[in-house]
Amino acid sequence: MENLIALLIAAPLLGAAVLLTGGRRLDRVGHWIGTLLSAASFVFGLILFVDLLGKNAEHRTLIKHLFSWVPVAGFQADATFRLDQLSMTFVLLITGVGSLIHLYSVGYMEHDERRRRFFGYLNLFLAAMLLLVLADNYLLLYVGWEGVGLASYLLIGFWQHKPSAATAAKKAFLVNRVGDMGLSIAIMLMFTTFGSFAFGPVLSHATQASEGKLTAIGLMLLLAACGKSAQVPLQSWLGDAMEGPTPVSALIHAATMVTAGVYLIVRSGAVFNAAPDAQLAVTVVGAVTLLFGAIVGCAKDDIKKALAGSTMSQIGYMVLAAGLGPIGYVFAIMHLVTHGFFKAGLFLGAGSVMHGMNDEVDMRKYGGLRTYMPVTFITFGLGYLAIIGFPGLSGFFSKDKIIEAAFAKGGTEGWILGGAALLGAAITAFYMTRVMLMTFFGEKRWQPDENGNEPHPHESPRVMRIPMIVLAVGSVFAGGLFSIGDRFLHWLEPVTGHSEGHSPVSAWTVTGATMVCLLVGVGIAWAQYGRKPVPAVAPRGSLLTRAARRDLLQDDFNHVVLVRGGEHLTRSLVYVDHTLVDGVVNGTAAGFGGLSGRLRRLQNGFARSYAVSMFGGAALLVAATLLMRAV
Amino acid sequence: MNPVNYLYLAALLFTIGATGVLIRRNAIVVFMCIELMLNACNLAFVTFSRMHGNLDGQIIAFFTMVVAAAEVVVGLAIIVSLFRTRHSASVDDASLMKL
Repeated sequence: MENLIALLIAAPLLGAAVLLTGGRRLDRVGHWIGTLLSAASFVFGLILFVDLLGKNAEHRTLIKHLFSWVPVAGFQADATFRLDQLSMTFVLLITGVGSLIHLYSVGYMEHDERRRRFFGYLNLFLAAMLLLVLADNYLLLYVGWEGVGLASYLLIGFWQHKPSAATAAKKAFLVNRVGDMGLSIAIMLMFTTFGSFAFGPVLSHATQASEGKLTAIGLMLLLAACGKSAQVPLQSWLGDAMEGPTPVSALIHAATMVTAGVYLIVRSGAVFNAAPDAQLAVTVVGAVTLLFGAIVGCAKDDIKKALAGSTMSQIGYMVLAAGLGPIGYVFAIMHLVTHGFFKAGLFLGAGSVMHGMNDEVDMRKYGGLRTYMPVTFITFGLGYLAIIGFPGLSGFFSKDKIIEAAFAKGGTEGWILGGAALLGAAITAFYMTRVMLMTFFGEKRWQPDENGNEPHPHESPRVMRIPMIVLAVGSVFAGGLFSIGDRFLHWLEPVTGHSEGHSPVSAWTVTGATMVCLLVGVGIAWAQYGRKPVPAVAPRGSLLTRAARRDLLQDDFNHVVLVRGGEHLTRSLVYVDHTLVDGVVNGTAAGFGGLSGRLRRLQNGFARSYAVSMFGGAALLVAATLLMRAV
Repeated sequence: MNPVNYLYLAALLFTIGATGVLIRRNAIVVFMCIELMLNACNLAFVTFSRMHGNLDGQIIAFFTMVVAAAEVVVGLAIIVSLFRTRHSASVDDASLMKL
């Protein structure tokens, strides 16, 4: 069984290698090779899952030692994989949703001449992400972590002929590097503290280290998670990453990449449990991001950017839950899985809408599409109901649990975090209803473009519809399947641990409050976008709206503080270099030059003046000798 | 006779020779002044040999004479060829060796 773990990663990796080196002769079948290998990986995952289910809860950890990677005395890094309940959950999510996205891309990228390459990158993405979640030590995890960064760079910039896409890819890569630095520092700290960076020693000895060191490790891990999971303050790349093809957005936002940060925090739970300050930082980042993303999502007219804001916000929920400690880990992962279903569904739905609308992304130019693309409408609608937490759908179960856990944190913190989560739920209901109403309801607002081509909205081909339907089914039932009888809790508890918090408010009160928030959000959105016609040109809007359209001035902040600051720093360094360093060097050279210029005059070509110096020298020698004698 | 007087004579001859080297321009005269200085040295060597009662100084005087003879041959050849090219025996005219 353990050998299957290696195959799990090998399948998409092989796909990437074959597709990227195979050349043009694979153009006609390349997309099916990619999809098949991804599906094969999913099948391996299912087999392993069934195998794990057949075992006792204590024996559900499979270790596969592949080879000794860096065998140095005192520094042992092995290529070892660990498959436990947490990795298994991720494997199924990554390969399952990933395979559906592959299938969808077959249709979506049909007319792209570089489709084979696209599938190669998709497979690389899956392989890197699988390596990340299956690694048994932080160094191997780091390899996967970087692989994910590389694959996201290649995919976001896939349409590299567009300058905006190339820039967005670079931005994603650079912002991610900041987080990567945090991870590498965390790994070094672990090595100096524990003498190892394998999960076993680090996590089981976490309580023996001093709290200061654990806090430092925790904060560095949080920085890493912020980069990959697009949390404040490293969230700026996520919106621009929408420049990539829509299946990429679905893959990044649902199955891979942004979930890596949550995985890292939950996996390192033992470190965070022993470092309350780091935990508090995690919850604060989560709470700030969930509101930040939600507010940004409210103001965007670009359907993909609105969904990107929503992803940021939902990941904020997960990070918040992960920061709550053992009362939240399970729910963070549960929300991650349900979110994987409905967010992938929503993105694929958005892609389907764009597919039918000549790649138009502005929601103000949609309207009334429900009659033109019924399947997209229904699947998108189910995803919508799931994300706002409509009772009975998956988002309801997972988000509700997080809000409860936030209140259960206790004290003032609990009230603030719980309040933020509730407010986030209301805003989520508002912006998702807005997306829904602007896209599928109301009057049709599209116009012929400047070439006179009027879009003819139509349903997408079957190869794109099937993944959407499967994901919609998942969005509806996953939450109930996980929550009823606490199945997911019992499944994950042996790895992450779980403790019940003591909430100051009862579970039913929280559910009731969430429902009220949901209704308020939906109601306001309906009053604004359902009852009145949507203007085709965005109104000027309030100060907050205008700021939110610009991602709450994140880019401006980065520009003024980081770019300008960096420019000033480098300029002053250049100034110091020119004046001080070059001054010393050039001054020394000029000094010697001048001195030699004067000494040169002594050599004037007149034999008699040389004779004078000779006599002078001889006289000096004699005088010196006499003087020494006298002394 | 007190041998120290010979040393005074040698010092006088050396000073005359050195002064001649420094102030005269004619290469032949400069050359002769150098010979004068060499002979002053020889005189001093011989005197010291006499004063100390051993022959080292006299031997060195012979060496000096041999070296001076060789020097005269080379020096006169240089002066003659200098005169042929420049039609002058002034040492200040041959001042091209400078930076």
